[in-house]
Amino acid sequence: MKFEPGMNGEARNNSNKNTNADAGNNGELLAVQDLDVSFELQRGAARALRGIDLSVRSGEIHGLVGESGSGKTVTSTCIMGLLPTPPARINGGRILCRGTDLLALPEAERRKTRGREIAMVFQEPAKYLNPSLKIGEQITEMLCLHLGMERSEAIERAVELFELVGLPGSKRFLSGYPHELSGGMKQRMMIAMAICCDPSILIADEPTTALDVTLQLQILKLILQLRDRFSMGVLFISHDLAVVHEISDRVSVIYAGKIVESAVRERLFNEPLHPYTRLLLLSIPDAGKRGRRLEVIPGRVPDAEHIPEGCAFHPRCPLAEKICSREIPPTVEHSEGHTAACHMIGKKWIDS
Amino acid sequence: MKLLIFASRRLGRLILTIFLISTIVFFVIRIIPGDPALVVAGMDATPEAIAAIRAELGMDQPIAAQYVQWLWNVVRFDFGQSLISGQRVITLVFQRFPLTLSLAILGILISIVIAIPLGVISAVKRWSAWDYTGMAFSQLGMAIPSFWLGIMLLLIFAVKIPIFPLFGSGSIVHLILPAVSLGIARAAIILRLTRASMIEELSKEYVITARAKGLTERMVKYKHALKNALLPVVTITGIQLGYMLGGAIITEQVFSLPGLGRLFLTGIYQRDFPLIQGGVVFVAIIFSLINFIVDILYSVLNPRIRIE
Repeated sequence: MKFEPGMNGEARNNSNKNTNADAGNNGELLAVQDLDVSFELQRGAARALRGIDLSVRSGEIHGLVGESGSGKTVTSTCIMGLLPTPPARINGGRILCRGTDLLALPEAERRKTRGREIAMVFQEPAKYLNPSLKIGEQITEMLCLHLGMERSEAIERAVELFELVGLPGSKRFLSGYPHELSGGMKQRMMIAMAICCDPSILIADEPTTALDVTLQLQILKLILQLRDRFSMGVLFISHDLAVVHEISDRVSVIYAGKIVESAVRERLFNEPLHPYTRLLLLSIPDAGKRGRRLEVIPGRVPDAEHIPEGCAFHPRCPLAEKICSREIPPTVEHSEGHTAACHMIGKKWIDS
Repeated sequence: MKLLIFASRRLGRLILTIFLISTIVFFVIRIIPGDPALVVAGMDATPEAIAAIRAELGMDQPIAAQYVQWLWNVVRFDFGQSLISGQRVITLVFQRFPLTLSLAILGILISIVIAIPLGVISAVKRWSAWDYTGMAFSQLGMAIPSFWLGIMLLLIFAVKIPIFPLFGSGSIVHLILPAVSLGIARAAIILRLTRASMIEELSKEYVITARAKGLTERMVKYKHALKNALLPVVTITGIQLGYMLGGAIITEQVFSLPGLGRLFLTGIYQRDFPLIQGGVVFVAIIFSLINFIVDILYSVLNPRIRIE
């Protein structure tokens, strides 16, 4: 059940001190607000995130798309609280999880939220699973630690969880080791570990990228099933627009550490506003474009040490004008829930 | 089950190694100059006397027959008699072995107790006082020759402050100083390896997963990373132990301990061929046996190795 926007505004004003109510009213499980992260390097500072806003509601899959180096992984590791500081530095912003600002929590408290409130699935399960701990141990240790289960209870629960994600949940299976599993099974195991403590938010960082296409589909289906079953909020990070289109309810496009456009899936894919989003969509290969040259966006994502003045995308943008190299475009809500940051929207770039 | 198959395969390899070593020893002994019969009989013996001794040693037989006899002897653990004392080689070896064994075990224990905790702490708290202490220790440990360390230990702890006996053997007290002097050099190596291995493991991706699971830092480091970090340490420690079991010639000399090292050294001086021959094979067997045990231990710790 959602509140009306008007009420929402009221509530927000009253509850600045009590952030719990704030988030509750939006139905937002996770709200990243104006997150600014830089890396202190010997050569100088690299601005990895320049004020990111993201939100994930209960039961929603929010796709975060961007090229490599755009800040996707910094976003996810920062939300998990796994960013090593130094060299990283969080300059500002908030990460609200059910209303609690995670950045304000002491590490001991923060640790308890990991795996319990927010869990994560990584890109290459082969590397991200401990090779010398038994499959069962890797999941039961979490159950014992976070939920205070007894070992026998945890083993039973692990069997259920493995069955839930499509793995043989036998005790025999539990006493095996990750290297005995195929790539797809490893990722299923990773997912079982992530959901074992019934977290409200799941961050999936390119969970299908290391898998072949048939497995990709199976894993995506599994994530959808689990979302429906546990009404988790999912932050789904990928460079692959096709995958994001497949799974997301809402999509945000990140470029050089800034969200340039965000909208519900259909709107973003059918009526993109930002030139970067449009070019990205044109670069998706599909059967209809067979025989034609694939569109490629000229140039590369700027690295975080050399972000251009003004709009970070202007050097690659076919529409750029003088203002684009001078002023950072503000993020404007163009229609309900559809935001974009571009000077040219409504000027040059009229929907064609 | 997999472990059992793995172990039996390794056992086969162990037997093959011992066979190869025995073969090599047999032929090397016969290629190098020096006639054992001449040693026994003395330089001015008559040809008849030498021939008699050759017959007694079985050296008048064709080489193939000698080889088969030798292999049969190895299987029965019978390496003949010492040319000098006339005692059976195996008896001589087993007289000395307990001392060498206890010295080696004590030495390796000392080095493990120093090296592994210090190596792990050095890795976990990099560039801290612990780390610098560990690195300094390991540099010194590797640079100091063990005979010098042995002499210094004797001077300090047996002469100036007489806590330990200056020489003699028979009790554990006699073994402490030699074990320390042996152990410190080993500790230096094991410490470096532990530190490097732990640092490497802590940078692996599964450590990120462990943190993302909300495990405590203690669990992340000492449960997840340490288990993997100790794998190469087990192998190297085993090899070190194997070396020490062959007898520590210099240390035994410094502390005048009647161990295997000194037995073999005198054997070489006196051209006591059966003793050298038997000694080499014995050490090879012990070394292979230690390797075998280490391999089994390694595969218990590292499940991936079993499928090879």
